Amino acid sequence: MSNPKIKITNLHKAFGRKVVLDGIDLEIAEGESLVVIGGSGTGKSVLIKCIQGILTPDKGSILVDDQEVVGVSEKEKELLHSKMGMLFQGGALFDSLSVWENVAFGLIENQNMERKAAKMEAIRVLRQVGLAPDVADLSPSELSGGMQKRVGLARAIATRPEIIFFDEPTTGLDPIMSDVINDLIIESVKGLGATALTITHDMASARKIADRIAMLYQGKIIWQGTVKEMDKTNNEYVRQFINGSSQGPIKVEV
Amino acid sequence: MLVRPIQKFLRKLGQPLVTFFSRLGELSLFVARSVYNCFTPPFYLNNIWRQLVDIGFYSLPVVALTTIFAGMVIALQSYSGFSRFGAESAVASVVLISVTRELAPALSALMVAGRIGAAMAAEIGTMRVTEQIDALTTLSTNPFKYLIAPRVIASVIVLPVLVMIGDVIGIFGGYVVGVYQLGFNPANYIKSTIDNLQALDITTGLVKAAVFGFIIAVMGCYNGYKSKGGAQGVGDATTNSVVSSSILILIFNYIITGMFFSK
Ligand SMILES: Nc1ncnc2c1ncn2[C@@H]1O[C@H](COP(=O)(O)OP(=O)(O)OP(=O)(O)O)[C@@H](O)[C@H]1O
Ligand SMILES: [Mg+2]
Repeated sequence: MSNPKIKITNLHKAFGRKVVLDGIDLEIAEGESLVVIGGSGTGKSVLIKCIQGILTPDKGSILVDDQEVVGVSEKEKELLHSKMGMLFQGGALFDSLSVWENVAFGLIENQNMERKAAKMEAIRVLRQVGLAPDVADLSPSELSGGMQKRVGLARAIATRPEIIFFDEPTTGLDPIMSDVINDLIIESVKGLGATALTITHDMASARKIADRIAMLYQGKIIWQGTVKEMDKTNNEYVRQFINGSSQGPIKVEV
Repeated sequence: MLVRPIQKFLRKLGQPLVTFFSRLGELSLFVARSVYNCFTPPFYLNNIWRQLVDIGFYSLPVVALTTIFAGMVIALQSYSGFSRFGAESAVASVVLISVTRELAPALSALMVAGRIGAAMAAEIGTMRVTEQIDALTTLSTNPFKYLIAPRVIASVIVLPVLVMIGDVIGIFGGYVVGVYQLGFNPANYIKSTIDNLQALDITTGLVKAAVFGFIIAVMGCYNGYKSKGGAQGVGDATTNSVVSSSILILIFNYIITGMFFSK
């Protein structure tokens, strides 16, 4: 077996006294789609940001293609980012740029594509995520939440990255739109042959896009396995989470 | 025993002091990073151009209004003040010196700090809390180069230009009051202005303007970049940027004046 695309070992991250990640161990194989589930505020977004080098972990190691990510220089980070794409939880579209300029950002700024060609490419990717070409010249603030997610998705895949991160791609969308986004994620990941790490607490979405699921609880990965294994597991934490029950070992601080 | 209260007092003093110095360290690092990124490629010329227009062109009305009234007031004040010593003829040169050395740079900078510094803090702060800055990073773009360097570069270039225009308008304001209200002979007023014109007065004003431009951009960007916690955080960043840059402008105004003119 080849080495994993991403290998996280004993990752720790705290903000002040608040410990968020408390020894994460996780591996993602090349071309695999891993979904991390976990309650609100358990540090799922923090985990993704550590892998991307946006946040610096306190301890531990993250290898991407066998190269250490923790503590590398800005230049090396830029190189690292050029093979990654990210769909942000809140979209994070640049509101000073038009929709197509958002999608083409990486193409223009990093791959030095001509603006004309970049716009054509952006329109092609927009169509791929189900948006008509006349959306291209709008400003992101003129779009609905679902459309913004699609644009965010288009921006994430436009540079054809090897690794794509999806931070709660379906949160805040109606069930049908969620399913459309799920299909788009599967299509674009399989189409690019990319490795994908998705974060969600939408179980329908997790079931659909995951090759493998991992559950984050109190700063640790407490369970991982396939969807089938998940349905058969005796792990009480996982069972409570997938059933969405307030009764069980997971206590919500109110 | 006196030890207890002293300990308590020191402890109370300690926390803010630690906060203050860690802030100062953070700010110094930010300034160093900003300056470094102003001089290293890539340069985003489009962004620099947009900032030049935003800061320069759209600040013209504010600067013009501020300086013309400043010049007019100085003409009135110096006339009424100097008439006690029979030195009314000094009005033209007093207007010239105070506008070019002090009023045009300091007042323009304070106005621009309110207009531009606040806008920078609000824009970058919003980008921070909506994760747009993280998004830039994940698109292999250094936010310091893409967002901050263009603002700093444009601001340092454009403030001296604004102040030069402000100089002319302010002196013109003094001339209008001098000639039409105080009854000076126009030719004499102009002659006395030109006779007293000194390069040093103008250049110190322009040096100040460049420094103030730097302060405005850096404080605006710093407060925006470090803002957290949603809309309220952005609001705080805006206020902080205006207050801190205004105070720094006044402090540096004194320091630079001292460097050029103290004997
Ligand atoms: N920059 C930061 N500074 C301080 N605390 C932070 C920061 N980022 C995240 N946290 C804290 O870390 C914890 C985990 O946050 P995170 O955003 O990773 O949650 P999450 O699992 O993504 O939740 P959600 O499902 O609601 O998005 C939260 O308690 C949050 O307050
Ligand atoms: Mg999150």
